[in-house]
Amino acid sequence: MTAATTASAELVQSVDWAAIAPPVITAVVALVALVADLFVPPARRRLLGWTAIAGLAAALLALLPLRAGDRSTFCLTTDPATCSYTADHFTLAVQFLVLGGALLTALLALTETEPRRDGSTGLPAGEFWFLLLSSTAGAALLPASRDLATLVVALEVASLPAFALVGLRRGDRLSGEAALKFFLSSVTATAVTLLGVSFVYAATGSLHLTGVAEALPRVPGQLGTLATAGVALTLVGFAFKTAAVPFHFWVPDTYAGAPLPVAAYLSVVGKAVGFTGLILVAVIAFPAYADVWGPALAVLAALTMTAGNAAALRQSAARALSAVRLLAWSSVAQAGYLLVPVAAAAYTGAAAVGATIAYALMYAVVNLGAFAVVALVARTHPAKRIADFRGLYADRPAAALALAFFLLCLAGLPPGIIGLFAKVTVFSAAVDAGLGWLAAIMAVNVVLGLSYYLRWTAVLFRAPARAEAPVPAAAATVSAGTATAIAPVREPVPLPLAAALALTTVAAVALSGYPQLILTFAARNLF
Amino acid sequence: MIDISPSVMQFLLAFLVVGPLLGAGAALLPAPPGLRGKSPDQAVLRHGVTVTAALLIAAVVLALGFDHDQPSRMQATTDISWIPALDVRIHLGIDGISLPLLVLTALLTFLCALYSYFSPPTGASPKAFTALLLVLEAGTIASFAVLDLLLLFLAFEMVLIPMYFLIARWGGARRQAAAWRFILYTLLGSVVMLLGLLLVGLRAGTFDMVALAIDNGRSLTVTVQVIAVLAIGIGLAVKAPMWPLHSWLPDAHTAAPTVGSVLLAGVLLKMGTYGFVRIVVPVAPDGMRVFAPYLAALAVIGIIYGSLACLALARTGAKGDLKRLIAYSSVGHMGFVLLGIASMTPTGINGALFANIAHGLITGLLFFLVGAVKERYGTADLDTLAGATGAALYGRAPRLGGLFAFAAVASLGLPGLAGFWGEMLALFGAFRPAEGLSRPAFLTFTAIGAFGTLLTAAYLLVVVRRLCMGRGPTAIAETGTRTAKAHGGAGTPSRTEGTPLADIRPYEAAAWAPLAVLTVVAGLWPAVLLGLTDPAVQQLLAGGNQ
Repeated sequence: MTAATTASAELVQSVDWAAIAPPVITAVVALVALVADLFVPPARRRLLGWTAIAGLAAALLALLPLRAGDRSTFCLTTDPATCSYTADHFTLAVQFLVLGGALLTALLALTETEPRRDGSTGLPAGEFWFLLLSSTAGAALLPASRDLATLVVALEVASLPAFALVGLRRGDRLSGEAALKFFLSSVTATAVTLLGVSFVYAATGSLHLTGVAEALPRVPGQLGTLATAGVALTLVGFAFKTAAVPFHFWVPDTYAGAPLPVAAYLSVVGKAVGFTGLILVAVIAFPAYADVWGPALAVLAALTMTAGNAAALRQSAARALSAVRLLAWSSVAQAGYLLVPVAAAAYTGAAAVGATIAYALMYAVVNLGAFAVVALVARTHPAKRIADFRGLYADRPAAALALAFFLLCLAGLPPGIIGLFAKVTVFSAAVDAGLGWLAAIMAVNVVLGLSYYLRWTAVLFRAPARAEAPVPAAAATVSAGTATAIAPVREPVPLPLAAALALTTVAAVALSGYPQLILTFAARNLF
Repeated sequence: MIDISPSVMQFLLAFLVVGPLLGAGAALLPAPPGLRGKSPDQAVLRHGVTVTAALLIAAVVLALGFDHDQPSRMQATTDISWIPALDVRIHLGIDGISLPLLVLTALLTFLCALYSYFSPPTGASPKAFTALLLVLEAGTIASFAVLDLLLLFLAFEMVLIPMYFLIARWGGARRQAAAWRFILYTLLGSVVMLLGLLLVGLRAGTFDMVALAIDNGRSLTVTVQVIAVLAIGIGLAVKAPMWPLHSWLPDAHTAAPTVGSVLLAGVLLKMGTYGFVRIVVPVAPDGMRVFAPYLAALAVIGIIYGSLACLALARTGAKGDLKRLIAYSSVGHMGFVLLGIASMTPTGINGALFANIAHGLITGLLFFLVGAVKERYGTADLDTLAGATGAALYGRAPRLGGLFAFAAVASLGLPGLAGFWGEMLALFGAFRPAEGLSRPAFLTFTAIGAFGTLLTAAYLLVVVRRLCMGRGPTAIAETGTRTAKAHGGAGTPSRTEGTPLADIRPYEAAAWAPLAVLTVVAGLWPAVLLGLTDPAVQQLLAGGNQ
């Protein structure tokens, strides 16, 4: 850790192991999975997955002792108030999101790492679990880091394994192309960020976020341009990670090319990484430039949500992978909503970002839920078209109702009450900050968004296409035992997938009944 | 009237809001043994009737237990914190303004469920139909019962999805497009409304409607009030609907199934005007004063526009759809309601609330009747129905024809029926508007509005003539048989001419009689409603001071 190297030699730093437990546990389990892969016979590879899941659950449990939100470690021995690792409420909320999201991704991925029925191998287990957990460890470290070097390191730890995850499907051209696109654009952004960080360091002489915040207003005149350029470049780099316009082009191709659980992971954890970084640098390190990044982020938010929704509207239901592409574009649009409170924080103070956290938690639950249903349907319809969801209610009523609920949460309409109130908090942050125009643009976007979410929802309840053109052969092949009379081509749902679906559904319903569970983050200062 | 303990009243109101949701959930589950009925479809439709009947009984008991000596006081109140982060409280309560609307909602939904039981909707499964109907009821009852701005917004949104699916799954021709239009318009309106509500709530520091009404806009600057009224007003005006934001309504009504049309006209439109009375007028009076003349102007344009559109549709050869015609007549009627509200006087607002209820009863009845005509003839196209001389309902189905004429006459505002009082009071209110509003402008609006009543009478009488009169079965018995022979028994002419039709069936009579009776009662004894609304309106206008 950076703080360790910068610490003066006269004292040995004491490390608060409990505080850093969540990322450390994840990283250790990642290494265990990589090494164990060498010794575990192929038939028992499934154990690796369960190890990873257990590790993530343990990391989640490690958050419990920290819930007071007052721990910090790797502090300067000369100034104990300046720390590189802080486990405040903001950190804990994001770590909860990241670890929970990774846990659900792992449940989705468990069946993907097994050999497929058609004989082809699934994702290579050892590599997959190592990469997933490493990326998660980076993502869990990121919200806690309070100096620019740790921040960049955490960002890279989270991103680099993600490139490999996207390209992990061997022999799949689309997967490789997606990984390359993702890699090139991401590396460019990292380079820009690093340049920005070095400028900021040169101008302020500090890497700690609070130090930068203190020094920025007092930068000597001849370094003013350097500081401004540094701030701008750093923010641009993080804006890329959030997939904000105009850095969003990689999203649909990457999601469509990546294995489905990886796309789900990117849409939730990958996004959280970008937003945490952006919030930390903008709100904590650069408040002196709030008059610059505030309006800039507001414009970015407006552009991002509009572009995402416009593209999502144009997805044709019959095209291959349209379900994943729609979720990808919708994630771009949702990134726009997530940016709104960050922009508002420039006007009303750091407390406004609580709305982003609340919204991100809601988004994580319902988006992973939606991906879980897509994964379920993809088992029988690998094309992942929206048209494949037609008549899902007749086949699998529970899954169809769950997906309808998730989609309405994303749209923000009752019965998706949590989605509605999460949007209300975002609106309220914008109105409170006097960003009426942004709120109005968001209002229009919410309506645009509704139209594609609702179109998909309506497809679920239409009469199944099968009823019009019955396929007797399909019914004959599966009639062995487990299939029920209602759905002749129905297979049993694998346990991990069912667990992921159940977890997200229960969470979304519970949140709808008692939104305070996550909206509490919107009501207080997290830092 | 009767003494019921406050906790029972609380329970009844909470039951009215939550009951339909529980009923909707239960409708999706398989029926328990003993309640299976003849078939699953019949069982679930019967479930709908049972639940809505229970809710209607609860609403009636609530109305009986309501302290009619103090209609301006919020009664049966519940106030629980739900989302402290957003300061959202589950604050329920009813006063003289909301009680009639609440009972109307429970009544209309029950009648719709009853009607659907005997005449099941064609389209997808009745299971989903019943569940959606109940969710719709929950949303509408909640909108009239909640006293928290964000909860009101939630209730407004809750009706969108059920109504969308009712139109899109059980509707007639071009239902998909109509359903889309409905939901996109209303959602855009309600999101804009949310911005206004948030502005009010954040600036005034509370989302509680009672507290805001007592504050009467004193803690809001005029600028904030103007912006808030504009934003909230647009959202409510889409729902009401006000010209020129009405264009979703005719399509939605034309495509919706009978039950959907009845509820849309009878209850959903009232949510818009109720919002004006409950939120805009008391919470932001200064902002409302700025916009009142414009609101009144748009309202009278709506009156004239609706009537002219109806006249055009009623012409021979215009291929006018009856449902569409009644939808346009709703635009005109809601114009009177909005005019009354824009006057900002107790008279005008009482008139508006009265006209709200009257419109719900009469237009609900009209949509039922048109649905029955459409079912019997297979079309609601006025030209096809009327043929050369008229559809001759008087001759072929005398009771149906008579009831239709009754509803039409009530709709045009015949004194002695419900339609009269509301529109007259609204015009009276506009004749002498509140202080600070331009008298000459409102006099002009009153004159135009009064002219609109003439146009309304004109088109309704044209419709009655073309639908109810004409050559009856006895008059054309010979020609009828001759045509049938000439066409080789092809059957098409016999549907539209000549033969008697099924008259009002018993279940239809059961579903429609309450509406007809209440139309007469409200027309002959308006005090029963006005006595409820007037004290509450006086208090809202006076800033909530007791």
